[in-house]
Amino acid sequence: MSHEKQKALLRNLQEVDFVLVELTLYLDTHPDDHEAINQYNQCSLEREGILSEYEEKYGPLMHFGHSFNRYPCGWSEGPWPWEI
Amino acid sequence: MWIYEKKLQYPVKVSQCNPHLAKLLIEQYGGADGELAAALRYLNQRYTIPDKVKGLLTDIGTEELAHLEMIATMVYKLMKDATPEMIKAAGLEDHYVDHDLSLFYHNAAGNPFTATYIQSKGDPIADLYEDIAAEEKARATYQWIIDLSDDPDINDSLKFLREREIVHAQRFREAVELVKEYQGQKKFF
Repeated sequence: MSHEKQKALLRNLQEVDFVLVELTLYLDTHPDDHEAINQYNQCSLEREGILSEYEEKYGPLMHFGHSFNRYPCGWSEGPWPWEI
Repeated sequence: MWIYEKKLQYPVKVSQCNPHLAKLLIEQYGGADGELAAALRYLNQRYTIPDKVKGLLTDIGTEELAHLEMIATMVYKLMKDATPEMIKAAGLEDHYVDHDLSLFYHNAAGNPFTATYIQSKGDPIADLYEDIAAEEKARATYQWIIDLSDDPDINDSLKFLREREIVHAQRFREAVELVKEYQGQKKFF
């Protein structure tokens, strides 16, 4: 299986998450940059949309109550990140 | 607490089975300047560092765990279809007799991971300078692996990781300035 569609949607999530990682570290040393804080919150909102579309199609990305569960859950089934 | 997210930070694609490249990449898995050492170094130092940089050590330490998973994925994908003949040709038979195709925390020369790869001095300037040096060394290691690798897909992921080392080093340099500012403040008791 090549998982091309899944990888494409995952790529969108990885892109917005990259911006969020960068802003996270930047804000750790520039906590007073209001523009960066706004951008962070904007990206968090954008992430929510992509995340819910991804989880709807391919199952939960997180466990421990951070993603909603349903039946069948899909957590224990692959592909795992190193398999796609 | 940490919560696992079922995705890689950046895509990892492998052009073809290449156990020899996997042997080189394991340096960044269980080597002195690898991702495991990086994660353990920062997540251990954070308890006693001044408040202003606790968040940075926590966040970079967490990102290093994501990098560790990317390296593991590269090694796994490069090795998974290898035949015993390919393992022998790659000089990986010493690894194979103990671990089959599974991963292990050792460096490219086969030395097992050791806690002596990391430092923790309790002095914030000493610790942060160690962290800057660690990032620069990891960046150099990624460069040497890229120089030796002829897999364009792997090199794409390695270039991403090399870039992250530069960003981390930059943030640690800023953290040094924050700590100096904090130490320079007059304290009244």
